[in-house]
Amino acid sequence: MAEPLLAIRGISKSFGSVAANVDISFEVAPGEILGLIGPNGAGKSSLFNIIAGSIVPDRGEILFAGRRISGIGAVACARLGIGRTFQVVRSFDSMTVLENVMVGAFLHARRSAAAMRAAGEVIAFCGLAGRQDVPAHRLSPPDKRRLEIARALATRPRLLLLDEMLTGLTPTEAREGMQLVRDLRAQGITIIMVEHVMEVLLPLIDRAIVLDLGRKLLEGRPAEIVRHPDVIRAYLGDRYVA
Amino acid sequence: MSATLIAQVAIGGLLMGLVYAVVAAGLSLIFGLMDVVNFAHGALLMVAMYATLLIHRATGIDPLLQLPLVAALLFGAGVAIYRGLIARTLSVRVNAGMVQIFVTFGLSIFLVGAAEFLFGSDFQSINTSLLGGHSLAFGAIVLPLPLVASGIVALFVFLGLALLSRTEFGQALEATREDHEAVALIGIDRDRVFGIGWGIGTASVGIAGVMLANFYYIAPDVGTNFALIAYVTVALGGFGSIFGALVAGLMIGLVEALTALFIDPALKQIGIFMIYLAVLMIRPRGLFGQI
Amino acid sequence: MAGAARGTLTMRRRREILLGAAILVFLALLPLGVGNVYLRGLIVLTLLYAGLAQAWNILGGYCGQISLGHALYFGIGAYTSTLLLTRLGVSPLFGMFAGGVLSGGAAFLVGLPCFRLSGHYYVIATLVIGMMVALLAANWDFINAAQGITIPFHQESWTDLAFRTAILPFHYVMLAYAALIWLIAWLIEGSRWGFFWRAVKDDVAAARSLGISIYPSKLAAAAISGAATGIGGVLYAHYIGFIDPDSTLDLSLSVLIALPAVVGGIGTLWGPLLGAAVLIPVQQLSVAWLGSAAGGIDLMVYGALIMALALARPEGLVSFFQGRAREEAADHG
Repeated sequence: MAEPLLAIRGISKSFGSVAANVDISFEVAPGEILGLIGPNGAGKSSLFNIIAGSIVPDRGEILFAGRRISGIGAVACARLGIGRTFQVVRSFDSMTVLENVMVGAFLHARRSAAAMRAAGEVIAFCGLAGRQDVPAHRLSPPDKRRLEIARALATRPRLLLLDEMLTGLTPTEAREGMQLVRDLRAQGITIIMVEHVMEVLLPLIDRAIVLDLGRKLLEGRPAEIVRHPDVIRAYLGDRYVA
Repeated sequence: MSATLIAQVAIGGLLMGLVYAVVAAGLSLIFGLMDVVNFAHGALLMVAMYATLLIHRATGIDPLLQLPLVAALLFGAGVAIYRGLIARTLSVRVNAGMVQIFVTFGLSIFLVGAAEFLFGSDFQSINTSLLGGHSLAFGAIVLPLPLVASGIVALFVFLGLALLSRTEFGQALEATREDHEAVALIGIDRDRVFGIGWGIGTASVGIAGVMLANFYYIAPDVGTNFALIAYVTVALGGFGSIFGALVAGLMIGLVEALTALFIDPALKQIGIFMIYLAVLMIRPRGLFGQI
Repeated sequence: MAGAARGTLTMRRRREILLGAAILVFLALLPLGVGNVYLRGLIVLTLLYAGLAQAWNILGGYCGQISLGHALYFGIGAYTSTLLLTRLGVSPLFGMFAGGVLSGGAAFLVGLPCFRLSGHYYVIATLVIGMMVALLAANWDFINAAQGITIPFHQESWTDLAFRTAILPFHYVMLAYAALIWLIAWLIEGSRWGFFWRAVKDDVAAARSLGISIYPSKLAAAAISGAATGIGGVLYAHYIGFIDPDSTLDLSLSVLIALPAVVGGIGTLWGPLLGAAVLIPVQQLSVAWLGSAAGGIDLMVYGALIMALALARPEGLVSFFQGRAREEAADHG
C-alpha cells in the first residue's frame, strides 16, 4: 500500500459502560473507497465521528496525511481536508441550495463571488444544477443527501466521510448515488462510506472493514468479505452459515 | 451585628426562598414537560394576588382559606392558556421557540395592562387577615407569621409535586416529557397531558400568589420581580428539575437576605445574580439540569 | 449553469439595494408631506426602532442567539455620550464612536461567558446580566443613580446634536442611523461572516463540519450587534435630552428592541423595518388615544397585537410580501 492518507491506530472509545470501539486499527490509501460495515450497534457511528473529529477517543491515535488529528475537534478536521455527511441529514434550512453550498465554499473563498462560483460548479457536479434556488428544506430526501455531499465537497476535502448515504433510497436513487461516489473518486477524493446494508456497498468499494460489537472483525476485498463465515454470522445469524 | 439578627435574617430569607421555589417550580414543570419558557409566569402570580384581594373584599373569606379556590382558578387559567395560545405554537414549523417566547411576553403585557385598567396602578394590600400582623417568637428570633405560613404551604406544594410523580398522571407526564411523539403510541393524549401540566404549573404560582397576598403589596407589575427571580432560580437549579428549583430557591432566598443585611438592601438582587452567574460558569446547565 | 445561479442571488441582492434606496428617498421626503408634529415624532421613533431592531437582528436573527439584554448596549451608548457631553463637553459625534465601541466591547464581554450556555440558559443569562447592570446603574451616584441625567440645551448645533425643536433634524439623524444599520445587515447577508452566522443558527454540528468555529462567530455577531445598538442609544439620548436607568437599561426596553424584528421576520433584511413600522405606531397611538383616558388599555392592545401577530405570522410580516414564503406557508398549512 502507498503512504496511507489516514491511519487509525488502536482507537478505543467507551460511553459509560458500553464499549463502542475496542482497539481498532486500519489504514486508508489515497484514492481508495473504503466501506465501514457492520450490523447496528457495531460501533460504526462512533468510529465515523471519531475520524470526523466530533468525538474524542479514549485511547489510540489517528493520523491524517501524517498529522495527528485525534482530539483536535471537528472544525480543525474540516479545515485540514476531512469532509463529512450526517446520518440524519442536516441541511441549513433557512437557506437555498446555492447558499448551503456557499457556506462550504467559504472555507477557502474570502469573497462571495468566488464562493458562488465554486458552489455553482460543485452543485452542477452533484446533479443539483436545476435546484440552486430551491430552499433546502423543500428538497426530496435523495436530493438532500446530494446537497450534503455538495456542501462538504465545496470545502475541497481530501477525505470524504459518507454516513449511510445510500440507506433509504430506492434502487434507482441508490444507483445514481453510487455513480456520484465513483465520480468523486475520479476527482481524486478518498472516501469512507458507512452502511449497515452490506449488499448495496459491495460493488462500489475497494476494501471493507467489518465491525462487530465494537471490534474489527475483518478487513478485506468485497469478494473475500462476503464469503467469510464470521461476516455471514454477524450479519445474518447462524442459519445462513453453510 | 448580633448572631440572633443574622439567624433571624437567614431564616427569613430561607422562608422567602421557599416561596421563590414554588414560583420557580411551576415554571420548571412546564419547561421540563414541553421545553417552553413561560414569560407570563410573573403576570399569573399577579393575577392570583388580585384574585385573592378581590375575593377577600367581596366575600370576606380569609386569604388562607382561599387557597384551594384560587389554585383551582389558576389551574383553569393555565389550561386555557395552553389550549388558546401554546397549543397553537406547537404546530408552528418556523421559529417555534421564538414564537413561544414572544407569545407569552405578549400575554404578560396584556395581563399587566388589564390589571392596570381594572384596578389602577396604586399599591394595594390585604389589611385584615388571620395571619396578618402576628409573629412567632422562637427564643430571641422573631418571624412574621404570614412568612412562616408561606414557607409551610410551600413545603406542602413540593410534597404534592413529589407525590404527583407516583400517580398515573405523573407517569404519563414523565413519559410525555421524555418523548413527545412516542407517547401517542401507548395511548397517552399528549395534548391533555400538556394542558394539565400547564394547569399544575400555573396552580403552583397561584398558591404562591395567595400566600404573598397575605403580606406583600399588590400592584399590576408586582409579578415582574418575582418572575425575574423565578427565571434565575430555574436556570440555577436546572431547567426541568423540580428538586433543583427547591434547592436553588432556598439558596436565592438566603443570599438575597444576607446581601441586604451585609451590603445594601437596594442591591439585594445583585447577590442573587452573582451567585447565579458564578454557578452557571461552572455548571452551564444549572445545579440539577439534564436538558 | 453556474452563471444562472450567480444571476438569481446577485439579482436578488441588487433588487434589495435598489428597493432600499427607493425607501430611503421616500423616507427622506416624508416630512414634506407630514406637517403634524406629533406624527413626525412618531416617524422619528419608528426609524430609531427600525435601526435598533435591525441591530438586534444581526445577533438574534442571523446568528440565532436570542438576547433579552440588548438594553444594556443601548444604555451604555446613551450614558457614554451623555456623560462625555455633559461632563467633558465632548461632541456626540465622537460620543457616537465611543458609545459604539464601548457597547460593542460590552457585548463581546457578555458573550464570553454566555455563549458557553445553550438555548434557554443563554436567553435567561442575557436577561439577568442586563437587569444586573440596570440595578447597579440605579444605585451608582457617579451617573446620578436613579435620578438620571438631563442634557442642558445651550444653542442650536449639529456637532452637539442640539436643536430647539429636535424633531425635523432628528428625522434625518435617525433615518441615517436606520439606513446605516440596514446597509450593514445587507453587507453581512452577502459576506462570508453572514453565511457562517446563518449556518451557526441553522445547525451547529453541520457548521462545524464545514470548518466554522462556533464561538468566535457568535462573539463577532454579538460585538457588531452591540455596537449598532449602542449607537442607537447615543442618538436616543440626544434626541430626548434626558436619560435614566429606567428608560435606557430596563428589561422592557430589551423586549421592545427585539420585538419589531420578531414580528417583522427574524433573520430577514426587511423584517425589522416592517415590524417597527407596525408596532411602534400602534404602541404610540394606543398610548395617545387611550392611555390617558383608561390606563392599561394601551398595554392590552399592544400585548394582544404581539400575540396575534406571532401566532398568525410566525415567519414574520415579511412573508406577506414574499411569494416564496407564501408558498411554503401553504405547504405547511
